[in-house]
Amino acid sequence: MPDVDFVQLLTPEGERVEHPDYSFTGDDETVRGLYRDMVLTRRLDVEATALQRHGELGIWAQLLGQEAAQIGAGRALRQQDYVFPTYREHGVAWCRGVDPLRLLGLFRGVDFGGWNPSDHNFNLYTIVIGAQTLHATGYAMGVQRDGVVGTGDPDRDTAVVAHLGDGATSQGDVNEAFVFAASYQAPVVFFCQNNQWAISEPTTRQSVIPLYRRADGFGFPGIRVDGNDVLATYAVMQSALQRARDGGGPTLVEAYTYRMGAHTTTDDPTRYRHSDEVEHWKLRDPIARVEAHLRRNGLADGEFFEQVAREAEELGVHLREGCRQLPEPVVTDLFDRVYTEISPELADQRDEFADYVGSFEEAVR
Amino acid sequence: MVTTTAQEFKLPDVGEGLVEAELVSWRVAVGDTVQVNDIVCEIETAKSVVELPSPYAGIVEAILVEVGTNVEVGTPIIRIGSGAQPSEFVPAAAAHTSADTSSAAEEPASDSPGTLVGYGPREAATQRRARRASSARAGGQQAAASGPVLAKPPVRLAAREAGIDLRTVTPTGPNGDVTREDLAGAGGRGASEVGGRGASASERIEAPPVVYTGRVTREPIKGVRKMMGQAMAASAFTVPHVTIWTTVDVTETTRLVARLKQDPAYAGVRVSPLLVLARACVEALRTHPLLNAVWDEPAQEVVLRHYVNLGVAAATPRGLVVPNIKDADLMSGPDLGRAINGLTDVAREGKTQPAEQQGGTFTITNVGPFGMEGGTPIINPGESAILCFGAVSKRPWVVSADGEDRLAVRDVCTLALSFDHRHIDGATGSAFLADVAAAMRDGISP
Repeated sequence: MPDVDFVQLLTPEGERVEHPDYSFTGDDETVRGLYRDMVLTRRLDVEATALQRHGELGIWAQLLGQEAAQIGAGRALRQQDYVFPTYREHGVAWCRGVDPLRLLGLFRGVDFGGWNPSDHNFNLYTIVIGAQTLHATGYAMGVQRDGVVGTGDPDRDTAVVAHLGDGATSQGDVNEAFVFAASYQAPVVFFCQNNQWAISEPTTRQSVIPLYRRADGFGFPGIRVDGNDVLATYAVMQSALQRARDGGGPTLVEAYTYRMGAHTTTDDPTRYRHSDEVEHWKLRDPIARVEAHLRRNGLADGEFFEQVAREAEELGVHLREGCRQLPEPVVTDLFDRVYTEISPELADQRDEFADYVGSFEEAVR
Repeated sequence: MVTTTAQEFKLPDVGEGLVEAELVSWRVAVGDTVQVNDIVCEIETAKSVVELPSPYAGIVEAILVEVGTNVEVGTPIIRIGSGAQPSEFVPAAAAHTSADTSSAAEEPASDSPGTLVGYGPREAATQRRARRASSARAGGQQAAASGPVLAKPPVRLAAREAGIDLRTVTPTGPNGDVTREDLAGAGGRGASEVGGRGASASERIEAPPVVYTGRVTREPIKGVRKMMGQAMAASAFTVPHVTIWTTVDVTETTRLVARLKQDPAYAGVRVSPLLVLARACVEALRTHPLLNAVWDEPAQEVVLRHYVNLGVAAATPRGLVVPNIKDADLMSGPDLGRAINGLTDVAREGKTQPAEQQGGTFTITNVGPFGMEGGTPIINPGESAILCFGAVSKRPWVVSADGEDRLAVRDVCTLALSFDHRHIDGATGSAFLADVAAAMRDGISP
């Protein structure tokens, strides 16, 4: 597969390159921080995958290979920005300060999302493909009506990010979201991680043009960035988010990346793709190129890398031990969460259901 | 039950809603030290082959499941502890019988590793929770000692005929009921009599009692064999096959192969007549696109494919696999040669990936290496034709020179073609085969 034309600031070999329109504004400390974020995100993904194999999680959606895209997008956010994730945005959740352990509840089947979205400006995971792009567009239209777009106050002007994958671009919801976002010039950035595979369907079969060019038809800019280059993703997202905050309207950012693992732990990619493709992308690993850059230019010493590795191990233990401690849900919670105050009819139904559940010999969860 | 601090790793559901998996290989042995997330084994489910990482750190005290066994989700597969109680291989009884003491578990211990009792096909475990009112299946303990035993009337009849007291049988049915399989496990007087569905006492067939060891070995149908069986049966009984064949003097091809072996362009390629035949087929498929098409019954369409994914059937230790070369029609001769070499090498090592076996448009099966002259091959599903390449051997052959016929010793082989007669008639099939044969006779360079 030929390499494509995209914004790149750090080559797979770890060399810094410049781009006429986008530049990385962070310092060396920022780069080290991005490296740490990516390593810890990968560790959390690896541990969660193992926990699924241990039988502790029902399923897990892996992000292996997409760390740069997610950390670049996540770290470009400001506090007041709001994020609508898919079910794979573990790296963005990390950037938003969600304890990774909270991500596991949904996949363990003990809750519907383990964090309060308004505590982190990070919505709950959305399983329905593409649905969150509509939520995000609606939220962005609300932001407009709240008058927190284009005021010039960097701490108030708000951007919204809708995460989506390449497969979602084939969904009606996503196209509707594009139409509304363009019509209302909503402050939303559509961040599409094109990981090349919609489960077993390659992107090339879904679209005859590069995905970012779809934006042309809707009337807003589209840009493709090397999604395995955290510096470029960070730079491009900073630019797109600022444009949204300034009232410039939506942008489609296509982060060109690769799903190194399976679609989920239930999927076996060896059934539909060749190992040489995976090998090709291994050479474009998002973390290896940052490590090469840091080491080659003496920007981080051995102690730094060891420290990050230790943190990663601690994170693994935190997830492993915490996962088994996650509280089991009670079936009657379902009834308690419909209204702020439960109605008498619903209370009756709850009690009747509790009796039914109690009629079994084994405990029902 | 485990009385030490050892922990048992129970087979997890690695897919969504899987009920069992086959244990493909162990990566650790009794006595090995493992860390958390070290890979301990590889399992194959209906969906994928996956490696299982250990949830525990410690010393492997026991491997509880044999390689090749189908294991139900929830069955302990390995015991990891401090190493205080190392033991030999201890095959686990199937999950739902491990805790009870009924006759199902009373096989002599020495028989356990080899016997197939208890490892046969089992109904998928769609078990419902028992209600408190029911006495059956109290958490896997002490099956139905009192109260009514649940069983369907045919099972009751079979039990009565076999002299089995239903109260002594461990029920595994979805509602805690005794199933026909449970009776077989219980082995009353003459377990063989249990199986005959609908066989009443008067018309019962007098079969000798089944002996589980020695005279027969029952091999589970699974893996490559299962795939081969399903594919071949589906093709053979839905596609009307016609097979035609022709015998051809391929001496020129033999000479061509000798020349190509010296050709620098073919350095590193194992050139064989198969390569020449592969090219001949690809070219002939261009001229006769119906042979490269597929009959799409649901759509009521014949799908013509403007590319050739050339399958090469390969015998492997695990059975037949048919990997295919994608876009073989776009390849140069040397590339096609390398692709064939690579394909067969990978297949023989048993490492062919499922993706490499899908999407074929035409297949060559090479029976020459087995010394066979020809055959009537079965079309690979999704394709319209398959060409059987017989052994090239020296045979007496009539050659005509200067208007005179004389007998000569020539390299000769038989090419047989099976095709789908729904959309390919005899004339079309014959024209295709004649073109392939002509290319082999003339030794057309690949």
